[in-house]
Amino acid sequence: MAKRIDIKDVNIYYGKFHAVDSVTLSVPPRSVTAFIGPSGCGKSTVLRSLNRMHEVTPGARVEGQVLLDGEDIYAATVDPVEVRRTIGMVFQRPNPFPTMSIRDNVVAGLKLAGVKNRRRLDEVCERSLRGANLWEEVKDRLDKPGGGLSGGQQQRLCIARAIAVQPDVLLMDEPCSALDPISTLAIEDLITELKQDYTIVIVTHNMQQAARVSDQTAFFNLAGVGQPGRLVEVDDTEKIFSNPSQKATEDYISGRFG
Amino acid sequence: MSDSTLADRSASAKETPGRARAPHGAPGSSRGGAASSPDTPEGPISTANTAQGEPASTPVRRPGDRVFRGTAVGAGAFIVVLIAAIGLFLLLQAVPALRANQVGFLTSGVWNTTDPNSLQFGILHLLWVTVATSVLALALAMPVSLGIALFLTHYAPRRLARPFAYVVDLLAAVPSIIFGLWGIKVLGPTLVPVAEWLNRNLGFVPLFAQGNVSISGAGNVLTAGVVLAVMILPVITAVSREVFERTPKEHIEGALALGATKWEMVRTTVIPFGKAGYVSASMLGLGRALGETVALYLILSGTGAAPKLSFFDGGATIASKIALGAGEFNNELTAGAYIAAGLVLFALTFAVNALARAIVARKKVSA
Repeated sequence: MAKRIDIKDVNIYYGKFHAVDSVTLSVPPRSVTAFIGPSGCGKSTVLRSLNRMHEVTPGARVEGQVLLDGEDIYAATVDPVEVRRTIGMVFQRPNPFPTMSIRDNVVAGLKLAGVKNRRRLDEVCERSLRGANLWEEVKDRLDKPGGGLSGGQQQRLCIARAIAVQPDVLLMDEPCSALDPISTLAIEDLITELKQDYTIVIVTHNMQQAARVSDQTAFFNLAGVGQPGRLVEVDDTEKIFSNPSQKATEDYISGRFG
Repeated sequence: MSDSTLADRSASAKETPGRARAPHGAPGSSRGGAASSPDTPEGPISTANTAQGEPASTPVRRPGDRVFRGTAVGAGAFIVVLIAAIGLFLLLQAVPALRANQVGFLTSGVWNTTDPNSLQFGILHLLWVTVATSVLALALAMPVSLGIALFLTHYAPRRLARPFAYVVDLLAAVPSIIFGLWGIKVLGPTLVPVAEWLNRNLGFVPLFAQGNVSISGAGNVLTAGVVLAVMILPVITAVSREVFERTPKEHIEGALALGATKWEMVRTTVIPFGKAGYVSASMLGLGRALGETVALYLILSGTGAAPKLSFFDGGATIASKIALGAGEFNNELTAGAYIAAGLVLFALTFAVNALARAIVARKKVSA
């Protein structure tokens, strides 16, 4: 559990388009790293390359290395399905499976991994829902469809679903952008709890959120229109928000652009 | 979907009679949004009129709206009237023949209409062949269509998917007489060894027992069912493909992010999402199979013997029987016998469609 990620000289392309240029950064275990930057700067793309989700987009490819505790997830022998089983992901819009009950949603990953024991599934279901601070709200209606929950509850259900398989890393792609402030707060508290056990990488457009939840912040930017996105700097969150070493970072976080 | 948005719109229009006065007083000022939703201005303006006590008590309607509304309502009413007229025609023409019938129409299988003075016609045998061929066709076509639709939407490379889908659609454009010729000249003889093998080894199952025609003739329910399956394949595939294509990307990515393989992703997201559409597509195909005439007219070997409820029965379906009887239509009563059969077919396809709709509606509620 909670593995370290080292991104080494990663370039990402969509067909001929060079989307992200040479990103190198490290994410220590049991910490939260926030990716911030203007739209289209490639931060989500980098995040998706960490569990090979970018491969869903036709023509997307990655050059460079992404090491998970020293093991390259892009090595020829590695199966992307296995990668995604150890690196969980939470998306921008809550996406519980609409035809499944709350319980089935939570244990969907385990069922895919072949766990059939009903008792074990129930245990994991409760533990994950408790972990996602959702247990008290849904324990009486586990057999109801997940789509009937509120947006914030659905997102926590998705987090429960992601942590049910006990991944090494949890990736979050703007997990609060579709939620109201109260639900956002609930998720942020949850992130702070989850980092005791998981390595977390979160993409956010909300700089206060990055400042609140992350230990380390990476600022991405575009070199120019039509140019690839690049990593401007990565540092302790405190330093980025008080005294960044790059002027572009300071301009961005102080709201002078973007 | 569109129903609910319409309801939302009219509801919001009713809620804001106070504000609605503003656009009425200054028509040019706030029409920007109205252009995109032609049904919103009606509500507010009419309330504004009555609220201000103006003499015009009828709602203001623009000529364009009125013409469009008229044609739309007219078209909608036309189709209802048309269906009712067809039903009524069938009923009125069938009643005299049914009165003169000397056997039970729904309980007998005899079809002897050569003497108009002693009509004997029952639907039973025709109904069996009709239902057997169509259900067999459906059972064969459904899994294949599912496979093709999933292949086209989630497995085929994009460059291949488009031309391939086009080819499948083209299959629907082949005239049914061609399918009939192919069925009796090519497919039938090829199926004879299969049929004989099934009869030899599974003959103890009634469905594979000796039917009322010779197996070597190939003009049986099996051949007809396979041909019908090929004919309804494009219909089921096309509709299923449309539905599967619309699986929300979030669900697909959610499944993949959990470590689902492609097939597991399809099983957990695409199929549950498209199930209702797939079922109604199949019912659409079944409807087509039930009504198919010319191909079965060529394929099925005629016989007077009662069917043995086997795949190797011959005979005729309701539709092909009517086509066979075309020469007898000069007598009103005889024609009425065939029209009564047509009425049953009409009711059957109607029931299948209603069933399909009910299934889809129930699936939507539970989802």
